[in-house]
Amino acid sequence: MALELVLGTLNRALAYGTPLLLATLGEIYVERAGVLNLGIEGMMMMGAFSSFVAAYTTSNPWLGVLVGAMVGGLFSLIHAFSSITLRANQTVSGLALTMLGTGIAETLGRSWEGKILASPIRPFSEDFLSWFPLWMKTLFQDSNLLVVGSIILALILWFFLFKTKPGLFLRSCGENPAACDALGINVWKLRYLAVFWGGIMAGLGGAYISVVYRPAWSSGMTQGMGWLAVALTIFSFWNPIYAPLGAYLFGALFHLAFRLQVFVAPEILNSLPYLFPVVALVFVSRLAFRKKIGVPGSLGRPYERGESE
Amino acid sequence: MGRRKLAQFHVELSLQPTLLSVVFLSFLSIVLAFACGSVIFLFYHISPWMGYKTFFQGAFGSWYAFSETLKRTIPLLLVGEGLALAFRAQVLNIGAEGQILLGAVAATWVALFSGLSSFLLLPVMFLLGFVAGAGWALIPAFFKTRFAVNEVLSTLMLNYVASNLVLYLIGGPWKGKGVRGFTYTDTFPEAAWLKTMGITRVPYFTLLVGIVVAVGGYFFLKKTALGFELRIVGSSPETAKLLGINEEKIILFTMLLSGGLAGFAGVGEVAGIHHLLRHPDHISLGYGYTAIIVAWLAQANPLATILTSFLFGALLSGGDALRVSLGIPFQVVSVFNGLILFFLISTEHLSRYRIIWGNKKVVEKSGS
Repeated sequence: MALELVLGTLNRALAYGTPLLLATLGEIYVERAGVLNLGIEGMMMMGAFSSFVAAYTTSNPWLGVLVGAMVGGLFSLIHAFSSITLRANQTVSGLALTMLGTGIAETLGRSWEGKILASPIRPFSEDFLSWFPLWMKTLFQDSNLLVVGSIILALILWFFLFKTKPGLFLRSCGENPAACDALGINVWKLRYLAVFWGGIMAGLGGAYISVVYRPAWSSGMTQGMGWLAVALTIFSFWNPIYAPLGAYLFGALFHLAFRLQVFVAPEILNSLPYLFPVVALVFVSRLAFRKKIGVPGSLGRPYERGESE
Repeated sequence: MGRRKLAQFHVELSLQPTLLSVVFLSFLSIVLAFACGSVIFLFYHISPWMGYKTFFQGAFGSWYAFSETLKRTIPLLLVGEGLALAFRAQVLNIGAEGQILLGAVAATWVALFSGLSSFLLLPVMFLLGFVAGAGWALIPAFFKTRFAVNEVLSTLMLNYVASNLVLYLIGGPWKGKGVRGFTYTDTFPEAAWLKTMGITRVPYFTLLVGIVVAVGGYFFLKKTALGFELRIVGSSPETAKLLGINEEKIILFTMLLSGGLAGFAGVGEVAGIHHLLRHPDHISLGYGYTAIIVAWLAQANPLATILTSFLFGALLSGGDALRVSLGIPFQVVSVFNGLILFFLISTEHLSRYRIIWGNKKVVEKSGS
């Protein structure tokens, strides 16, 4: 019984934590390349809305997911342009991206409000799950290809970042762009690619929310998840392999907030997922900045070649 | 200093942007944002001409429209000048939205449950509202100074917490007795209502305070020792360290002041306009976020927030007109906000370039 409760909670944590995980995996690469993108919330909203519209009109949820990812990626290029090319303030540019993204999605989404997707991406079928032992069946009963795929992706991204040469370039790009530039690595190109990748992943996270998790459209449906992803990037020490832990912890927290509603007012429980990161940041920030675990050295600093021409 | 020669004029890089270039680029940003924003109208099958006509009529078209703009200017002014001071010190307080709500909550408690005699109600409401907003802002300020927690994230997260707090209060312990299915509190006693100008819904007390604080903030930055320290911390933290300026003090001070002013604005909203505590989205129309742009557009100059808050007050009431007359959701304001902010920061470093007409060949060695 107790085991079942744990597995059941984990099952929901997997389902709820996946959009967070996707967005976090993207932001880790963005920040590793030295760019801070606080616009995740906006990119997620754009991804959620565009993928819902695509899935709704074509009745093909996977096409919807693809569209969401592409829209997220394209939308992120605004931030890339202003922060990398124009060297504008990255924090404010990210904020602007969030305002713009949520604004566009909610303005254009008016006529789609409350519509429900007839053909969402469904969890693994009974037949498929019956191949696995019972505990796995309970654990993955609400999961689907995207959930499992994102876990595998976390491993791949970790391998790429720490064990391959392009990964090394990406990291040095965020650590010491001037040295990178001297070695002939194109800092701007790498940073653009990283931001674009972050946009794709945030768009994917948004798509997961509107096509898989809650297959319907309502404004404000990302509920600040983009901001949680920013916090999760710090909690995972900018390392993709730790990202699932944090994401599922938040997933479990959201689920517990839902389950405990019988005992405590839902509004108080609903604020827990936002209160928790503030408290956790206290511990992580101390650790991260004292021992300098993972913090990219040039995070948020635009790169400018010294005396060109 | 870099100097590039183009066909008929020079482009000179100067460290101090001139007032003219700042004004020109700000104006350009707004125009560009409106040009891009007109795409939204096309989605609603409305011509941009019609859209902007409605928009400007809603903001300035009549005395009523003007007063609606003024009504929305007040909270933007109060919050914006606080944020201007914070931004000047490079403290990015994004949590004004929550701080406004906390001020409103404190005021509601005083108005409905404190049992104070009526002539004390309003003063205590504003006092406690300021304290509540400041207190809410001091949480992330403390985390920043003590544990180096990034204030952008922590202030933003607390917005969600504050919003949930209001929802809890109006649906639970503070739910009005006579409101049945709705979720808001009882109406405040009339002694807790703020006087408004004539038949409009513009409370003049908060407007006056806003203007006084803007002027005061300007002189505070220019003339006082603390204001000087604040500017140094913001413009050059290394110099501040060398001069022995206590950076933590500046962070706490700016957060306290910006949070307090936001709380004060929150009191103004419930005491001057709603006369009760209701859904967070109705108390604050995203004032906390819009005020970020108000402060940014004003180049973090408190005096200039008088002008910029009025511009964004107009944007909000114009957006309201679009909603009422053309059925475009109010969130369209957020689109304009985002666009304006983008163009502002993107053109910012252009303001450091000065165009000099004529084909001067001689490069004067200025006293550098």
